[in-house]
Amino acid sequence: MPESSLTRATTIATPQAPGHVLTAWLLALLIALVPMVLMVPMAAVAAEMPEIALTIQNHRFDPTTLKVPANTKFKLRVTNKDTTPAEFESNDLNREKIVLPGSTVTVFIGPLKPGQYKFFDDFHQDTGQGVMVAE
Amino acid sequence: MLAIALLVFREVLEAALIVTVVAAATRGVARRSTFIGGGIALGVIGAIAVAIFAGMIEQAVGGSGQELFNASVLLTAVVMIGWHVIWMSSHGKEMVRQMQQVTDSVKTGSSSVAVLLAVVALAVLREGSEIVLFLYGMVASGAGRLDLLAGVPLGLVGGAAVGFALYLGLLRIPLRHFFTATNWMLVLLAAGLSSTAAGFLIQANWLSAWGGQLWNTSWLLDNGSLLGQAMHVLIGYEARPAGMQLVFWLATATVLFLGMRLTGRQETAAHTHKTVAG
Repeated sequence: MPESSLTRATTIATPQAPGHVLTAWLLALLIALVPMVLMVPMAAVAAEMPEIALTIQNHRFDPTTLKVPANTKFKLRVTNKDTTPAEFESNDLNREKIVLPGSTVTVFIGPLKPGQYKFFDDFHQDTGQGVMVAE
Repeated sequence: MLAIALLVFREVLEAALIVTVVAAATRGVARRSTFIGGGIALGVIGAIAVAIFAGMIEQAVGGSGQELFNASVLLTAVVMIGWHVIWMSSHGKEMVRQMQQVTDSVKTGSSSVAVLLAVVALAVLREGSEIVLFLYGMVASGAGRLDLLAGVPLGLVGGAAVGFALYLGLLRIPLRHFFTATNWMLVLLAAGLSSTAAGFLIQANWLSAWGGQLWNTSWLLDNGSLLGQAMHVLIGYEARPAGMQLVFWLATATVLFLGMRLTGRQETAAHTHKTVAG
């Protein structure tokens, strides 16, 4: 390899001005911190939220038409009674969460405008289909 | 078999698109394939570990472990991409110069490449763990061996092929604009990952949504469609974004843009100085 390229390689590997590195790291830190600052812990509010239950059995939802309150945030509790993992997913609701066999997960949803929102089991799309009706 | 192939395809596609952008952004870097291959290998091991400990992860933070884990992985990737993009804005021009002079190969033992290795690993880990859980379920429920043996490779090859096609497309960008283009792709990728992270934090009720659904463009491009899914990975497209997701997207894009501008300017100044001194 020619000498010149070796020299240049060193130039690239070790930044000249320590200022660069510092600026870059500060910016990186900022990227990480901005979301943290925006975060609003709302655990207290969660306790008073309505809870809606949904069950997965034989790779089907029960009920397949789920009534939920409109215009308020609620807790959806999804229980998987099967022996294999499922994934509660909805493009309409912008939600996805894996539900392990024999477990119950919580998904926070809403406030929803009145209407219909489709959801499905991403791991069993042929049978796992349902619709949420907010009213 | 088709259901298996489709799920594997969609998850592999998401990871493959990220790997492709990273691969393009590190074009010409020495031992790049080793770095990317290593990233994929680490990601696969990580994916299996995450799948095994999925129950523990979920229970870890008051039943929101899954969302917080996903958000952390995504935000870590965002910070790493940010670091690389800003590093590139001060070294990119030099890399192009070398590639033009030294037969398409740059000898950089840069820490930035190692950072992108981690991004590859994280992408593979996140999508891979879903595949592992899904396949575990398929095996446990007695899916046919033939379905698995045909479906899994079909999905893998399909997803990788789309990533490869995108890579070949990117290579057509002229060299002097190449790293500018890949840098912008990395900025959009990071902004999108950041918005996806916000989505998980909203789902866990750790963040307010700030408007559950700002608009709905699912009539134009649905996130369930393949193109919608690809755009979701590449630029963070959401048919129904929450206000907070938009805030995350804009904040990340702005910070990276300003970072690129600032370090880019410093570099120009430093380089002029060096030339005069030499």
